Amino acid sequence: MPDIKVTPLGAGQDVGRSCILVSIGGKNIMLDCGMHMGYNDDRRFPDFSYITQNGRLTDYLDCVIISHFHLDHCGALPYMSEMVGYDGPIYMTHPTKAICPILLEDFRKITVDKKGETNFFTSQMIKDCMKKVVPLNLHQTVQVDDELEIKAYYAGHVLGAAMVQIKVGSESVVYTGDYNMTPDRHLGAAWIDKCRPDILITESTYATTIRDSKRCRERDFLKKVHESIERGGKVLIPVFALGRAQELCILLETFWERMNLKAPIYFSTGLTEKANHYYKLFITWTNQKIRKTFVQRNMFEFKHIKAFDRSYADNPGPMVVFATPGMLHAGQSLQIFKKWAGNEKNMVIMPGYCVQGTVGHKILNGQKKLEMEGRATLEVKLQVEYMSFSAHADAKGIMQLIRMAEPHNILLVHGEAKKMAFLKDKIEQEFNISCYMPANGETTTVTTNPSVPVDISLNLLKREMALGGPLPDPKRPRTMHGTLIMKDNSLRLVSPEQALKELGLSEHQLRFTCRVHLQDPHSDTDTLSRIYSHLKSVLKGYAVQHLPDSTVMVESIVLKVSSSAEEPDLKVVLLSWCFQDEELGSFLSTLLKKGLPSAL
Amino acid sequence: MAAHLKKRVYEEFSKVVQQLPHEEVPAKKLRLTKPSKSAALHIDLCKATNATDALQYLLNFARKPVEAESVEGVVRILLEHYYKEVDNSVRLKIASLLGLLSKTAGFSPDCIVDDVISTLNNDKSKQVLAQLLDTLLVIGTQLPENIAVTQRLIDVACKHLNSTFFGVRNKCLQLLGCLGTVDKPLTKESETGPSASATPPRDVPSLISDYFSDQDPRVRTAAIKAMLQLHERGMKLQQTVYNQACKLLSDDYEQVRSAAVQMVWPFLMAFIVPIPSSNEEIRLVDDSFGKICHMVSDGSWVVRVQAAKLLGSMQQVSPHFLEQTLDKKLMSDLRRKRTAHERAKELYTSGEFSSGRRWADDAPKEKVDTSGVNLIDSGACGAFVHGLEDEMYEVRIAAVEALCSLAQASPSFAEKCLDFLVDMFNDEIEEVRLQSIHALRQISTNITLREDQLDTVLAVLEDSSRDIREALHELLCYANVSTKECIQLALLELLKNLTKYPTDRNSVWKCLKFLGARHPTLVLPIVPELLSTHPYFDTPEPDMDDPAYIAVLVLVFNAAKSCPTMPALFSDHTFRHYAYLRDSLSHLVPQLRLPGRKQVAGTSSETSGVGAGSLESAQHFLQESLARVSTLQNLDSPGAQELLHFTIRDLQRLGELQTDLAGSADFCATYLHCQLLLMKALQEKLWNMAVPLCLKQNAMASTAAQQILEETYKLEFLYSGLESRQVATIHNVRLQAKALQLILIARTKRGVEPLLALCEKFLQEVEAFQRLFITELPHFQDSFVEKLLELMPRLVACKPLDLVKILQTTLRQSRFIHLKLPEQIHRALATIIEPTGESDNPLRFTSGLVVALDIDATLEHVQEPQTVVKVQVLYPDGQSHIIHPKPGDFRTPGPGRVRLITQVYLSHSAWTEPCQIEVRLLLAYSSSSSKLAAPKPAWNESMEGLPTSENLIEGTINLSKPVKVFIMPKPARR
Repeated sequence: MPDIKVTPLGAGQDVGRSCILVSIGGKNIMLDCGMHMGYNDDRRFPDFSYITQNGRLTDYLDCVIISHFHLDHCGALPYMSEMVGYDGPIYMTHPTKAICPILLEDFRKITVDKKGETNFFTSQMIKDCMKKVVPLNLHQTVQVDDELEIKAYYAGHVLGAAMVQIKVGSESVVYTGDYNMTPDRHLGAAWIDKCRPDILITESTYATTIRDSKRCRERDFLKKVHESIERGGKVLIPVFALGRAQELCILLETFWERMNLKAPIYFSTGLTEKANHYYKLFITWTNQKIRKTFVQRNMFEFKHIKAFDRSYADNPGPMVVFATPGMLHAGQSLQIFKKWAGNEKNMVIMPGYCVQGTVGHKILNGQKKLEMEGRATLEVKLQVEYMSFSAHADAKGIMQLIRMAEPHNILLVHGEAKKMAFLKDKIEQEFNISCYMPANGETTTVTTNPSVPVDISLNLLKREMALGGPLPDPKRPRTMHGTLIMKDNSLRLVSPEQALKELGLSEHQLRFTCRVHLQDPHSDTDTLSRIYSHLKSVLKGYAVQHLPDSTVMVESIVLKVSSSAEEPDLKVVLLSWCFQDEELGSFLSTLLKKGLPSAL
Repeated sequence: MAAHLKKRVYEEFSKVVQQLPHEEVPAKKLRLTKPSKSAALHIDLCKATNATDALQYLLNFARKPVEAESVEGVVRILLEHYYKEVDNSVRLKIASLLGLLSKTAGFSPDCIVDDVISTLNNDKSKQVLAQLLDTLLVIGTQLPENIAVTQRLIDVACKHLNSTFFGVRNKCLQLLGCLGTVDKPLTKESETGPSASATPPRDVPSLISDYFSDQDPRVRTAAIKAMLQLHERGMKLQQTVYNQACKLLSDDYEQVRSAAVQMVWPFLMAFIVPIPSSNEEIRLVDDSFGKICHMVSDGSWVVRVQAAKLLGSMQQVSPHFLEQTLDKKLMSDLRRKRTAHERAKELYTSGEFSSGRRWADDAPKEKVDTSGVNLIDSGACGAFVHGLEDEMYEVRIAAVEALCSLAQASPSFAEKCLDFLVDMFNDEIEEVRLQSIHALRQISTNITLREDQLDTVLAVLEDSSRDIREALHELLCYANVSTKECIQLALLELLKNLTKYPTDRNSVWKCLKFLGARHPTLVLPIVPELLSTHPYFDTPEPDMDDPAYIAVLVLVFNAAKSCPTMPALFSDHTFRHYAYLRDSLSHLVPQLRLPGRKQVAGTSSETSGVGAGSLESAQHFLQESLARVSTLQNLDSPGAQELLHFTIRDLQRLGELQTDLAGSADFCATYLHCQLLLMKALQEKLWNMAVPLCLKQNAMASTAAQQILEETYKLEFLYSGLESRQVATIHNVRLQAKALQLILIARTKRGVEPLLALCEKFLQEVEAFQRLFITELPHFQDSFVEKLLELMPRLVACKPLDLVKILQTTLRQSRFIHLKLPEQIHRALATIIEPTGESDNPLRFTSGLVVALDIDATLEHVQEPQTVVKVQVLYPDGQSHIIHPKPGDFRTPGPGRVRLITQVYLSHSAWTEPCQIEVRLLLAYSSSSSKLAAPKPAWNESMEGLPTSENLIEGTINLSKPVKVFIMPKPARR
């Protein structure tokens, strides 16, 4: 039986470093090529030596597919393609292709220029790598080669995030990447059709969470900002450059528009400006509202949100500032925070999770005095709010996607083992399909039962149609006679005559003969006529003939009666039928073996 | 008939040849053309050399109407060509034409059933077969009573059901759905059909349900629709069908799922009795509710909309299930979590506001039993939560509507869904926000807003969209609040709103009026604070023109109405302000029983005493005065004029006094006024005088005639609630006026030619009257019209001058028709709220460019305002423009009331001084749009050949008082 093999090199029972190898129908595909944020050594990148110990990967991989631009999904790409060596195609969507190099370059700068690491990929490598990228459109089927085809579906999550269907023949795998089943202010919800893949590889970040409606969160957020502005306070929102920042911008922008507010909103420049540019361009990847109204006005061309300048922080009056980075550990957001922390009218809103040790984490835990570099302490008087906005599907969303796609098997990646186990149980219980959660380096094999398409000759089909009922019932299998010809890598079902003709063979007649002994006191001719009348009575609807040359023909089956001189009562009935009439022939022989009824 | 007429014409008017067209009545013209129509078709079809030509001819033919009498002939010709035709597309068109033709009113299509069925049996093309079945469907629906035909059609449908073409199967299923009966099993088919002898007799539903599993999704959809159709026609559906429909809910195709969702719904109505399933009992309605809830998270948004809509109609669902739709059963890391709503409520009840200041105050609490959580099969769980945060706003709107209708049925559910609706106030799409505000208003009788909820609601008051704000004001009018802090909060926010958007003044005041009237006991404790009075010190008197102060007073006075102790808290100037406001804003400030204010108290008791009985007595008065007038038998009787004068005056005054009867009184007064004018015009002695001597009187009579005409149009189109009888009476008066005009013209003009056309037109109108009001004629004994109709044969035959003479005598002899009042008459009314016309600052703009003038008006009792209401702008130089507002500019805040908020673009060349332009609303009418006009013909495209344009009268009636606006176009600077 053919099978599909899936091996996670990263993201197996883990979050980060997504990299999954799939072998399907003789093709090898790498899904995502990410890095791990938590490590600074070799564990940072997936272990490509799993594929081959030495040499390039090109010979072993048919293609690489990147689901979206987050670094834990694409961070190792230049390393893999340029330093390990891969020249095959890399597939990603247009927005991903546009934004990915910006993030990679930023990442490179931080590691090489700031941390001083050597033996890291260079800017040129990123450029070379991006040259190998083939862009994908939504719902466009791309032929990687003659047999392998891939198709992208919308995944929500971030701009350009996609789920990918990989198909070889009738076997298919769907990889979700990261996705979001609830729409937000700038992106829609993930959607897939009922493609019934053999394996659905899904993320499971929130395997054990069912989230509240996003509306309360949004309302709370807006209310807090609004109240603070009305008091004349300043609001600081530390964000990471891409993704949530845009959502919050849209949220504030529309709110300002609706409420006719005048207080300025600033966005710290840099990376974000470039990214915002792409958000403006890729309108088709956003949600219904933005898509429909962009003709009048592109929502990403913010009216109220302006670029931030360092000097603005000291301006009097209320304002809202988005600043990077998101955890208040360095950079502009921390500088602004220091300036504003002393005033209780001001507010800081943390829109995401903060790692331990960062200023963000400390203030969230209610610390009122912070120690800064050089002995100075900072009193925190401003209000600290926490607001979580996340763009992963929750447990219900994952189940919903499974219901949409109706896969035969499920494989969980990108989540914690313990949480996965819970979801695995649930999936097996609710859908009654098998679910896997391999660890990194562990291979899962799923046997498939692909259907083999066979060309059937039209004549044969028509003949069968004429024999059978009015309409073929698609739900029920039906047997038919024909000859299967396997030639030149193609399968055809034709009628036997045609097969003989095509192959230049002559037909062999196959006849079965059989003797049946009967005890009958009558003469041969009488016996024959008795047999004749018996058969006539039993086989209604069949042509039973008594021929003058003392034979009985039932359709094409010949019956003869003879007896030896020694035992005139023991009649030997000779039955002869050809292979096609096997059924009737064997029926007749058993019938005759039972003897003739005495009534005749 | 035509020949007979002609003969008579030649006998009598042998000299006047031009009179021929005058005598030709249009209906007869049509008859002459009829045979030629089918003949022309025949010739055309014979001429056609190829299929394209023939198709073109047929298409042209289809654009024109065919009369009922000639349909049969046309059908024969079409069929003839059908048999000859080889091309499929032409045959298809013919088949579709047959269907169209059989829809013609007055034609009974049973004669072509046989032909169509026989062609059906012979035709090979599948598309044509499908079209023929469609034709049969049309015929079948035209003949619902004919059981034999129906039965035959059903047999035909059954026979073709096993076709290999999906279209044919579709149409067969449609036929079965439209015509099939449940009670009669299809035994006939098994008898007649030789092949079907083996199958047991089937009934239609089971036959249709076979096709639920057809291989073609389109056929599956058609099967479901057919089944639904059966249900709509009152057939009872089987339990098995329900199970099949449920299976189809997970079909691969969107259209099938969408139809299946609809299919599930009828079962709610059908089986409300509990039915035992496996081991636990679950009511069918709950079961299907769960199923439909499931569909709210379907992959296709069309299905989601469908499902969300249906949820709203399931009102018998048990509350236990209903409440689940709002509960998503949150958990985080396998531990149960409370929703933000629950937390907010808890914080509120514990006396602390939701600060959100603490991190992780949403920290999950107890651990969830893993086996107890089922993530997907909980059916109804959180359906609305999903629906309300759907990506497509169509789904969200549907969900809001569903929530609203469910909440109206169940107060406890209303309480629960309140939070969700309030959350929707923050949606990104304005339509959704508006819808949810409306929804909340509709259920607000069932609920009381908590302080924190009110806070969220009030936040929307700052919205920049006027619609949203006004909807919210409307909501606050109906809202119940729980504490005095709520009142204070609401007042504060409304005042904020007032300063931010001063144009909302009226709406805010109205809102406070209801808020005060609703919560007198809550307002009482905060009155001193509101009026800023002090127990010992005098406080400065507030500015009386301050809208905010007026707003506060409106709140207080309305609360004081049902709270007699409140006036004791007022300071002196408050009483003065009360008197002023009671006069200037009487609709906002109620009558108060104030101690020591005698005159006020006196009037209030008087009006309250009158209030109850006055309507009846006024009604009585109205009837009496009408009865008095009805004693007038003839227009010439002495004293009649005075009587009419007095009655008109009385009625007008009555209308002013009693607003409920204003419509009826005005209507009667106007009608009587018409009669009076007519009477005056006829009574003049001038009729005996020679023509040249009475020019002045002529002028007077003709203005009277003109005025009557105008008044009759007002009578007909300005008032709603008229019955056909009143309309006939009005038309009678109009005919009288027209006759008067005709006579005057005959007297003044020389020559016969212009008169001929006029006479013809008049006669046509009389005929039209007969056509339209044939049922009302018995009420018109001795009236002008009746006499005319009696004389009709003579009139048709006689010379114009004779005709005029006859008219003159009939006019004078005809009886006065008494007006019988219908139940309710309302006069269409419009008031322009903005511009107010008080501004002295001219609107300056550069000449040649445009300036937009905001217009805000309320319309009452106007039917179809989108089509009839226009805005007229009159410039000082006499130029006038009529502007059609967009349909979207009309809003309907309540039944019978329409609000027009639009912008009018003005432009003019330069003036030297600012000048006033007049803006007013007009009601456009056309006599063809009259309610009694003949029903539209069945042929949709056939508007050209209809005789509507002939007696179409279009005009406008003033609907509102004009408002003057100062404008100043300046010359452009170079």
